Amino acid sequence: MAGFDPAIHAINTDWAGAKEDADHRVKPGDDDFEWEQSPALRPNCETGESRSVSRYLLRRLLIAIPSLLGISVVLFAVLALAPGDPFGELATNPNVPPEVGMALRAKFGLDDPIMLRYCRWLAAMLHGDWGFSFVSRVDVDTLILQRLAATLLVIGSSQVLALLIALPVGIYSAVRPYSIFDQVANLLAFVGFSLPTFFTGLLFILLFSIYLDWLPFVFRADIAATGWHWYWEQFKQSVMPVAVLGLLQGASWTRYVRSSVLEVIRLDYVTTARAKGLPERIVVIKHVVRNALIPVVTLVALQMPALFGGAIVTEQIFRIPGIGSLLISSILANDTPVIMAVTFVFACLVILFNLLADILYGWLDPRIAYR
Amino acid sequence: MAGSTLASPTVSAAPEGIGATERASSGIETWRRFRRHRLAVASTVVLGLMLLAVALGPLLWQVPINDIDFAAHLEGPSWNHPFGTDDLGQDLLARMLYGGRISLAVGLAAMLVAIVVGTAIGAVAGMAHGSIDAALMWLTDLFLSLPPLPLLLLIIYLFREPLTQLVGPELGTFILVVAVIGGFRWMQVARLVRAQFLSLREKEFVEAARALGMSSLRMVMRHILPNSLGPIIVAGTIDVAAAIIAESTLSFLGLGFPPDIPTWGRILFDAKDYLDIAPHWALFPGMAIFLAVLAINFIGDGLRDALDPRTSA
Repeated sequence: MAGFDPAIHAINTDWAGAKEDADHRVKPGDDDFEWEQSPALRPNCETGESRSVSRYLLRRLLIAIPSLLGISVVLFAVLALAPGDPFGELATNPNVPPEVGMALRAKFGLDDPIMLRYCRWLAAMLHGDWGFSFVSRVDVDTLILQRLAATLLVIGSSQVLALLIALPVGIYSAVRPYSIFDQVANLLAFVGFSLPTFFTGLLFILLFSIYLDWLPFVFRADIAATGWHWYWEQFKQSVMPVAVLGLLQGASWTRYVRSSVLEVIRLDYVTTARAKGLPERIVVIKHVVRNALIPVVTLVALQMPALFGGAIVTEQIFRIPGIGSLLISSILANDTPVIMAVTFVFACLVILFNLLADILYGWLDPRIAYR
Repeated sequence: MAGSTLASPTVSAAPEGIGATERASSGIETWRRFRRHRLAVASTVVLGLMLLAVALGPLLWQVPINDIDFAAHLEGPSWNHPFGTDDLGQDLLARMLYGGRISLAVGLAAMLVAIVVGTAIGAVAGMAHGSIDAALMWLTDLFLSLPPLPLLLLIIYLFREPLTQLVGPELGTFILVVAVIGGFRWMQVARLVRAQFLSLREKEFVEAARALGMSSLRMVMRHILPNSLGPIIVAGTIDVAAAIIAESTLSFLGLGFPPDIPTWGRILFDAKDYLDIAPHWALFPGMAIFLAVLAINFIGDGLRDALDPRTSA
């Protein structure tokens, strides 16, 4: 949802919740991670390191498989439990004789037991046979591939924007807690994640497209321009959607960064770093931030599913030809194969981003050995 | 009392009397700390006024919500129509007061669903050992990695028609939206409750109750659950805000309530194509959603400060 989850995490960062999440992922003695007390114990030779990284990645991929299976079961269960019938329209359509309808049902095996149908559906999905759209008669996978790039571009740029806002603001607020800057930033962060994406989008359109007439409010895939002009147009039409998503994310990330830096900055090793005469800037950037970012990565990864919700709404407002607007239009057109496939792709993206978060841990915290 | 699973009313009466005074004094302490969070107090006033407005407003502002008047369509705010009118000349203030009831009711009801489901799952996982705990936590993690909005849309798309035929469009959509939003928001509560239970069940007072022969169910209800209420209350407060946004998002995408039930999100959905000629139409409901969500988030923040023992210094 637009700002569905950010609030709860952003407000709960100080509760046990954040800690518990972090512990859940990185816990001493966990199968996947091992905390090693002394850096000398770590295998430091180049080949050993890279081999263990790839083995670690493989393990994480294997762990993702049960989640993917679980998601596919949930999706299939929802579809199977639904009282409607994907071929219901065929039965009521007077142009289709009942025999044809029955033959189609038999051909697609709709009367088979549910386990068999699930296995067949899963096998087809794994083969890359995702069916074709009822509406546009195009294979679902080509339809999704055409539109995936736009979605990923908008989401990716908004993440970068959020990072550019959250890191400096969050760190500066934590270094000077309860200062005027901190209080203003805190207030703005609350405003930021309380503004639903659909309302921010409309406000931006109202201000920048209608009153100021600076930016186009319809995203066009076919810009009639070449070279630099094309890039400029592309930039202009991406500004508002990216800003809508980026500000929402940035607002909640700011709070995570702030509370996480506040926790770390009180620790003894930071005092030690100061005591040995390091400049404050170095202490904060090199010693505090890197450790503080570990719980932030957890929270950000947990928020990924909600971000896709915001992306769907944003695509719908600005008519970006991505998979989110594809989902809405196929729901409005009762296009079941596309709906199922897009939902599944969103679920896969969530798992992919969780995987990226796991890799980031290893980079941020050398104590977590890749095993 | 030993071994009894259900306490008789006479047995439970006396301890509850003591508990009530204790709770009252801790309640005063909580209120004292909550008051220090000025934005939270201001937000409580704002939210109270909004609740009062949607509860009593339709009684005071008796303009019908579906009175079509083309002579006055797309008018800006005026004395006759303080919030202006929409494309059919319907009074926006009346529609927003009526729709606000549903928007806020959905938020509260979905929060209750999330709290009940989350507390139940978290409590069972926190009290059980081994495989039950692991299975429930795996389920929680699975739900956390599901993208909520696509699934909300999918479920509503599949189940709206049959449920509407069963219990009518208004109640049907209400039940569906509440159940589905609540059903995708319990995970955070479940994890918080489990974490609380895991630490509380090893505390001395619980040990003492166990040594006295108290049954598990009674121990949970009298000792463990009351002591883990703080995080549940905070998470629940913020869930209300999230549920209001979720409902508005569904309605904004045209997949929530039907057009004759003007929830705030639905009014925005209708208004978005008239942004250039009638911006007031979108601004009023948008501001209402924003204000409600902001106020609830601030209240949640204030409650966390008030209930979290770590910040009480």
